[in-house]
Amino acid sequence: MPKLSILLTDLILIKKTESKKQYSLSITAICTVSGICFLFSSCVGAEIVAFILLLTVSVIAMFFDILPVLIAATLSALIWDYFFLYPRFNFSVGNTEDKIMLSMYFVIAVLNAVLTFKIKKIEKNARLKEEKEQALQLYNTLLHSLSHELKTPIATIVASTDNLLSTNTLISESNKKILLTEISKASLRLNQQVENLLHTSRLESGFIKVKKEWCDIQEIISTATSRLEEELKHFVKKIHCKEILPLFKIDYCLMEQVMYNLIENATKYTPEKSCIEISAIDIDNGLQIIVEDNGMGFPETETGKVFEKFYRLNNTRPRGTGLGLWIAKGFVEAHDGSIILQNKIPHGAKFTINIPAHKFFNS
Amino acid sequence: MNNILVIDDESPIRKLLEITLESNGYRVIQTHNSIQGLSAVASNQPDLVILDLGLPDESGHITLQKLRQWYQKPVLILSVTNDEKDIVQSLDNGANDYLVKPFRTNELLARIRTALRNNSVEEMQPLITFGELEIDLAARSAKLNNEILKLTSTQYALLALFVTHEGKVLTHEFLLKKIWGKEYTGQLQYLRVFVSQLRKKIETHISNVSIITESSIGYRFVAGNKKMF
Repeated sequence: MPKLSILLTDLILIKKTESKKQYSLSITAICTVSGICFLFSSCVGAEIVAFILLLTVSVIAMFFDILPVLIAATLSALIWDYFFLYPRFNFSVGNTEDKIMLSMYFVIAVLNAVLTFKIKKIEKNARLKEEKEQALQLYNTLLHSLSHELKTPIATIVASTDNLLSTNTLISESNKKILLTEISKASLRLNQQVENLLHTSRLESGFIKVKKEWCDIQEIISTATSRLEEELKHFVKKIHCKEILPLFKIDYCLMEQVMYNLIENATKYTPEKSCIEISAIDIDNGLQIIVEDNGMGFPETETGKVFEKFYRLNNTRPRGTGLGLWIAKGFVEAHDGSIILQNKIPHGAKFTINIPAHKFFNS
Repeated sequence: MNNILVIDDESPIRKLLEITLESNGYRVIQTHNSIQGLSAVASNQPDLVILDLGLPDESGHITLQKLRQWYQKPVLILSVTNDEKDIVQSLDNGANDYLVKPFRTNELLARIRTALRNNSVEEMQPLITFGELEIDLAARSAKLNNEILKLTSTQYALLALFVTHEGKVLTHEFLLKKIWGKEYTGQLQYLRVFVSQLRKKIETHISNVSIITESSIGYRFVAGNKKMF
């Protein structure tokens, strides 16, 4: 199988080379092979030459389009007839046996070309079908997780308001308050998902404008954590920042979203009561932010894939759209920065962000 | 008072169901995954189970299959997609009904009432009436406005199935299997023809009943003014 795929990639590469090149290459190949055979024609019989030329046509057929191959087949038949078949240096053919041989040579060469072409076509169709199936599967996964993420808060809002508006059921004051709280939480969750989708389309269109301004990174972190107050209640949150950090010239909104996505990710996928630590450090050419937890970490094979769009761990609950970390990476890269994920010892995940930025020291 | 057990991993939905159902006179037990849910059903023997299809530890389809091996009472499915394959599969696996999120509270309550009622009628009454429509299961006949309805035996069989499962969705496969037999399960066209014939005969302005199409899934026979959609 791997051999086949190498062959296929070769094929695609060669397909891309212009068809003109294919014509000249196949003609050159036939002429060169015939030339070599001609040099040895004193010791090699015409039949052997025919086999060698057929082999050449077959090899050409493996890589080139049908038309250059047909031309090679025709050309080789003519060359064989003219230079090798008795009477030599003449297109006329002496006896009946040779006539049959020449026509058989031509038919086999053409058949060769046509059959190889057909095989290539089938392979191409199979490949296209496979690609289509993969795309469909990705689409289904996305559709499922996205509809879950969007519909759960909508369901909460619809049913809560139904309850609050209902005239024939009595709802206690405390329950009313719970319902209103749920409506508010669901609206915020819905808003966050819509934001994520908007960010996705912005990233995909390549239309991300970084508006750099002097930012207090501690303020960015505290804004993000306060938006996640409800989720962070179930965790131990630690923020480490040196007392005096300079201001950094970065995009406040984008970086706040990066922090939000990373912290939210930690609250979603680490067990309750885990410790989530956030630290910001002033480094040589800019800013370093670390978000780490002592949860399960990621399987080693997966650490490279987590920033891929729609990526989700296989065994995770049906939550999340697989967009959060992808967006975080996109926003960090828009700052010409980098983000990496490492597993911690003994367990846990550590996201490290490095962003080159101008600094402003206040005192 | 009826006990209802909820299996859903989303805490807002659980909280909401609890408030909705408790203020409508049900007692509610909450669970948030399949393992917890199954053991709670075993120990509490609730009168009805509300099961979400997207559970964190295993697919709700598997939970339903496990549940149906020993639990006979109604199961109501909550699903986040209206993917008919999911819905049909869960109905075939023995779910009584389904609701797609977001759902209206009245609809949820109506489905619960229907499921509990259908389950409590152990012995079918031989005579069922819906306003002016009267079906005598013993005599295999139906009357509308006191006039005998002329029905073929297939039309009658279909009507009898509908009226004995009032309010409940019946899948195409279930109806075809019950009336025409196993080998006809793919032959939707038979069902379409007979449902349309039956509709012409029973869905009149005086009968106040209707056969609702649940697209790609099946049909639901609804009586009275309490239209659910």
